Amino acid sequence: MSPQPRSAVGAPLSRVDGRLKVTGRALYAAEHEAKGVLHAVIVDSSVGRGRVTSIDADAAEAQPGVLRVIHHGNAPKLPYRDNPGSNNPPGGRRLRVFQDDKVLFHGQPVAVVVATTLEAAQHGASLVKVRYDAEKPSTDMAAATPDQPTEYARGDADAALRAAAVRLDLTYRMARNHHNPMEPHATVARWDGDRLTVWDKTQWVVGTQTELSTVFGLPLASVRVISPFVGGGFGSGLRCWPHTVVAALAARETGRPVKLVLGRRQQYFGTGFRPAYEYRLRLGSDRRGRLAAAVHEMDAETSSYETFDEAIMLAGQMFYSTPHVGQAYRKVPLDVNTPIWMRGPGFANASFAIESAMDELAHELGVDPIELRLRNEPAEDESNGLPWSTRRLRECYTVGAREFGWDRRDARPRSTRDGELLIGLGMAAAVYDPGRMPARARVRLGADGTAVVEAAASDMGPGTYTSQTQVAADALGLAMRAVDFRLGDSLYPQTPPHGGSMTMASVGTATLDACDKVRRQAVTLAVEDGESPLYGADAEDVVVRGGRLHVRGNPARGETYRSLLARNGLARLEADGSYAGPPEPARHSYFSYGAVFTEVAVDATLGLVRVRRMLGVYDCGRIVSPKLADSQALGGMVGGIGQALLEHTVTDHRDGRIVNANLADYLVPVNADIPDLRAIYLEGEDTRADPLGVKGVGEIVQVGVAAALANAVFHATGRRVRELPITAEALL
Amino acid sequence: MSTEPASTAPPPAEADLSSPAPTRRTFIATTTVVGGAVVAGGVIGGSVLVDSENAAAAQAPPASRVSLTVNGTRRTVTVDNRTSLLDLLREHLDLTGSKKGCNAGACGACTVLVDGRRVNSCLTLAVRLEGAEVTTIEGLAKGDELHPLQQAFIEQDAFQCGYCTPGQILSGVGCIQEGHTGSPEEIREWMSGNICRCGCYVKIVRAVEQTAAGRK
Repeated sequence: MSPQPRSAVGAPLSRVDGRLKVTGRALYAAEHEAKGVLHAVIVDSSVGRGRVTSIDADAAEAQPGVLRVIHHGNAPKLPYRDNPGSNNPPGGRRLRVFQDDKVLFHGQPVAVVVATTLEAAQHGASLVKVRYDAEKPSTDMAAATPDQPTEYARGDADAALRAAAVRLDLTYRMARNHHNPMEPHATVARWDGDRLTVWDKTQWVVGTQTELSTVFGLPLASVRVISPFVGGGFGSGLRCWPHTVVAALAARETGRPVKLVLGRRQQYFGTGFRPAYEYRLRLGSDRRGRLAAAVHEMDAETSSYETFDEAIMLAGQMFYSTPHVGQAYRKVPLDVNTPIWMRGPGFANASFAIESAMDELAHELGVDPIELRLRNEPAEDESNGLPWSTRRLRECYTVGAREFGWDRRDARPRSTRDGELLIGLGMAAAVYDPGRMPARARVRLGADGTAVVEAAASDMGPGTYTSQTQVAADALGLAMRAVDFRLGDSLYPQTPPHGGSMTMASVGTATLDACDKVRRQAVTLAVEDGESPLYGADAEDVVVRGGRLHVRGNPARGETYRSLLARNGLARLEADGSYAGPPEPARHSYFSYGAVFTEVAVDATLGLVRVRRMLGVYDCGRIVSPKLADSQALGGMVGGIGQALLEHTVTDHRDGRIVNANLADYLVPVNADIPDLRAIYLEGEDTRADPLGVKGVGEIVQVGVAAALANAVFHATGRRVRELPITAEALL
Repeated sequence: MSTEPASTAPPPAEADLSSPAPTRRTFIATTTVVGGAVVAGGVIGGSVLVDSENAAAAQAPPASRVSLTVNGTRRTVTVDNRTSLLDLLREHLDLTGSKKGCNAGACGACTVLVDGRRVNSCLTLAVRLEGAEVTTIEGLAKGDELHPLQQAFIEQDAFQCGYCTPGQILSGVGCIQEGHTGSPEEIREWMSGNICRCGCYVKIVRAVEQTAAGRK
């Protein structure tokens, strides 16, 4: 952090964009460029694999208001150049809309209807007659052939497992989950000659910009992507999906701006998902529970045309002290669209298996689950020999156990009742590998003493606007209201994807750097300006508060930015800031940690699980915006409750159709499912992490929740459920 | 309508409801889809039968004039009979504060007040609303002075992405007016028609509770 006094950072402030959001004036993707816009509705494939043999658009085109029906038979060939450095999985061949007759999955776009009204476009889409040469799709992971595994080994896991005094061989299954942000994915596209502007729902305007530029063969500077508000993402906006290309194509073909909003059903195959997993875990330990060996075999869904990869292996390599580890991660290609990262990617799945298995081992040995974890706490990262930057997991356990009342738990399963209900307490540990990537930001300090900070960035809900304003306000020595932080525009300095818990560390550091530079410019100007009260002062002794520069400890000697700039005839001071990313090679092993405690009540007659309370304790370094970080943590718990108890994308393997592609049948938590939740962030910072001392919040808060719930269900019922979601059927 | 589940596929439900009586065309198309068309899935099945009646389809879509009051302003509009109140607000009246989350009445993002009652505007046909009084999120504040529930949402941080927020707030206003705020449990139950995927439920309940307490 800078030597500036800290007043905004760490203060529990309300959102700077709160007023816009509670009055309905925050504009999301589909709400821009309203005048004269055409409406586009995608016709999606109704077969799961095969070829389009004919498309009859006559009836659709005869509808009043329908202007065009675009499909592979009449669409222009698009360059679809490679887009390295994007979030397209390397090595694959991305779906190319309307470029050929192939159908790769149920729901793939096969045509788009463009009309003057939404009603006409929707009805027109229903009238497009598509015939197929259909084949039976392969959508069942259990029946498909995996790719070659990605492997990891240290020691001799198989031998150590054979020699171990205690052995567990457990297989966990996790359902496919869909992000289902409340705002549907949407794009408004407008061409001005060869220049393309899109308003898009995206977590990475830069990524959408590069994708559109490579798909259409345009110079990068000819594409502008704007996304000031994002109605949730959880990962679904990390990639530029085919519908965004469809919207841009439709706008080019009609010569008019086009709005395309995916229907809720279309989100289930028009954007990615958290893949289903089968995770076999074999553990070997001594009689005291000290792990000797762990063998992880992970199978996950991917598409037939791209290989989706996520950090499912890392937790098994570093979380518990284990001399012998073997891992094999296999992707199973299916006739589905390509998955994408979803909140707590990899770790939220790995932790369900590992933390359930640790609970099973604790039960097997008759050791308290926290004690078992403490016995396996590693002194360093055993996957690379690096020391931890910070690892305060023990404190998470201690604080959590105290605040939750863990010592009052009777360890025997099915030992606690409340009337007819079986009561269970469970816990799980959590870990996440937060990203840190190069980022840039720019600041202009105006003659009026207010500042504008710009970074491409995104705010899908965590509060980027607010937290970045807090960092900038302190670094500039301005009040929050004197700082206008702008994001969500590819014209602004480049930032990495808004995901992987990397925004605060990466964009925040760039913001800090830019604002520090401008403040130092002003200070230098003042101490060298003979007419300034600060003339001759040591620049290192000058601080800025409330827009006024003064000597530390002597507030009387100073002046405002306004007077300084006015006297020097300056309209503004400007600076670009940057963050170079973490040091290479790494000197520390850097993770965020947590411990989740929960109490459930199970109605054994109905198989219903109700969450009674939940507590998360987190080691995330410095918390810049405590009020918003608290909301994120509670939201992560709600996401984890959904993953554990409700969420399950169901495919009919006969035709590859997702049968519950709507919010009535794909269950997500509603208000009545959620009790009072509580989050505690350990105070402190991680000085080795980044200049802000932060470790990221957004992902870790979902990790561990599912395992804690499964462990609580076991404690309540004596029934170990190794499949997510934990449904009534599993408990009857 | 490819934006909707196949089971509610074409023609749009609105068209059925808004016609004086189901025509043979809409009746056949609907039943065909419900029965599971085979040629090319639900969406396409209807069109095979519709083809022979292209002439009828080529007429301008049925439209109606409707006068309603939106946020205190009388509006007389001619709308396609298929248009939902939500689409009227968002696409024609430039009131985009009401949100489309599922367009099927399952998420509550489109909640507005019609004659003081909370409704899902995505399931409400605009032509039904002759003489109705509609309140959307844009009409809740008095000038710069926020409605107490809007203020409470900011204070409690009862939202993150903000997309479900207008619907949550309108639903909360309804919940308070209905008197379903006797306990957190009761609020949870009566606010469960509004999904918040960011998971702000704990704070939504607090905001509703705070506002209800302030009214007493």
